[in-house]
Amino acid sequence: MADIALAPRRAKTEIREATAWEQLRHNRNWLGFWFMLPAMAFLIFFLAYPLGLGIWLSFTDTRIGRVGHFIGTENYEWLWDDAIFWLSVFNTLIYTFIASAIKFAVGLYLALLLNERMPFKALLRAAVLIPFIVPTVLSALAFWWIFDSQFSIISWSLKHLGLITQNINFLGDTTWARICVIFANIWRGVPFVAITLLAGLQTVQPSLYEAATLDGASRWQMFRFITYPLLTPIIAVVMTFSVLFTFTDFQLIWAMTRGGPVNATHLMATLSYQRAIIAGQLGEGAAISSAMIPFLLAAIMVSWFGLQRRKWQQGESND
Amino acid sequence: MTDLPAQKVDLKSILSTPARVDNSEGMSYLQSVPRRIVTLYIPLTIIVVILLFPFYWMGLTAIKPDEQLLDLDKYNPFWTWNPTFKHIHKLLFESYYPHWLWNTMYVAVGATVLSIIASVLAAYAIVRLRYKGANLVGGLIFLAYLVPPSILFIPLATVVFQYGLFDSPLALILTYPTILIPFSTWLLMGYFKTIPFELEECALIDGASRWQILIKIVLPLAIPGLISAFIFCFTLCWNEFIYALTFLQSTPNKTVPVAIVNEFVDGDIYRWGSLMAGALCGSLPLVILYAFFVEHYVSAMTGAVKE
Repeated sequence: MADIALAPRRAKTEIREATAWEQLRHNRNWLGFWFMLPAMAFLIFFLAYPLGLGIWLSFTDTRIGRVGHFIGTENYEWLWDDAIFWLSVFNTLIYTFIASAIKFAVGLYLALLLNERMPFKALLRAAVLIPFIVPTVLSALAFWWIFDSQFSIISWSLKHLGLITQNINFLGDTTWARICVIFANIWRGVPFVAITLLAGLQTVQPSLYEAATLDGASRWQMFRFITYPLLTPIIAVVMTFSVLFTFTDFQLIWAMTRGGPVNATHLMATLSYQRAIIAGQLGEGAAISSAMIPFLLAAIMVSWFGLQRRKWQQGESND
Repeated sequence: MTDLPAQKVDLKSILSTPARVDNSEGMSYLQSVPRRIVTLYIPLTIIVVILLFPFYWMGLTAIKPDEQLLDLDKYNPFWTWNPTFKHIHKLLFESYYPHWLWNTMYVAVGATVLSIIASVLAAYAIVRLRYKGANLVGGLIFLAYLVPPSILFIPLATVVFQYGLFDSPLALILTYPTILIPFSTWLLMGYFKTIPFELEECALIDGASRWQILIKIVLPLAIPGLISAFIFCFTLCWNEFIYALTFLQSTPNKTVPVAIVNEFVDGDIYRWGSLMAGALCGSLPLVILYAFFVEHYVSAMTGAVKE
């Protein structure tokens, strides 16, 4: 009995002696802190801090080589009256909307096609993904060459088919330039949408289709009432990513048109680069890129609700 | 009446070749061959041809002699006669191209290794240590994934300048992880979750520290995930443009994408041959890497979205 009474007390003092160094090494929370340290350092110094700094810069008149002063919302007021800024917002919205809609439609269609049984399926799937692998700028250069005003292969083919008599000035005409950059964006984005949706399609159980066939469902009905509802969660996530990266696109436009002709393809990202880095008006550029944040938040909210719904559908707890 | 004999013949041929009928699995017997050609093979061929044509064009232009490039009436542009390696030779021996390739490789490997180390630790801590607030941190990292580089490059440029990293590859090695860490942490969290808890419990009972568990038990089991994360991060680095364009200035320091856009444009005349050769050589390393690891690549892409 005496032993039992004494033992816990002795143990207690031992623990107390070990605290300082031992706790830093074995306590779960401290261990977690040490393990998180490298990732957090990167994300705080090079992501969270610049994010805040960018918003701060947008309220100053900073230029390259000169420290700025706080000038309130002057940059935003200036932008409010700037026709080119509004043109870039309009371009960005059109670009995002059309490109995402077509990417979704073609991507889903391609995913459905790739989900069929056929020979060389793995090879085809690998080939489809190549546009996504190759650096965007390099494929944009290929498009630049394909859409060249003089030596365009498309103009050449159409001329030899007798459909047109003169070369189409693809990147020199405002409407054509918009169509071309949107096409290039779709071309690059479709593989991502298709392959991720294909992964979603492969989790749909074939027995559902068999049951539907026995009930006399048509192919469209099978798509509408089986495939589509089961795919909605993954569609929500994929499309959020797609919209987000289309909205903030920079490299494709920069490599193909640099915002021209007459600013017809300037997106908010390219305009902010031009104002901030080329013209040196860091404050104004920061204001343009900060103006993208509300749109991005809207997209993230959609993603959040998409994810929630997915968990609910799988019957998982929200952990 | 005329239909009957035809049906009989059909039935006989089916009965005589039972092996072929067995091969059709699932519900594919419901589809006839002509129907499959119209609804499947034709659309698929069109899409795949459009997706791959720019690469054919890139490759073709890279080996076409100049006079064939510029004279569309005499030569059919879809093919080339007397292919030449002049453009590629010029690229490799008369420009900074090998330098640029080396820079890109160096930056991509550096940033990827840094991010993988940081994300392995972070993902393990979030999934298995479950410290206070781990879920919140996981959510924040997912949000960081959604912050695009195009709203960060202006403030980052001032930060990079302040730290004296401007025009140095180190600036890219330190800033790329902000794009890579959220992605790879999220991916690795998924892989770590699939490793059974019991293995770690056994190790703990045998007296292993958390660090030993991570190195000797978790990492060997998560090798496919590590390969996926590594390849995907490497591709993202190679692909990155806006930071490299903003932070690097001198010609020999540039990465391939930036250098090709900025350096290969000679006044009004574009050197199409070298431009396309440059684009081709810049894409090849990634395509070769991709060819060896298609499955890892796909699982990386879909895994990050699914989680």
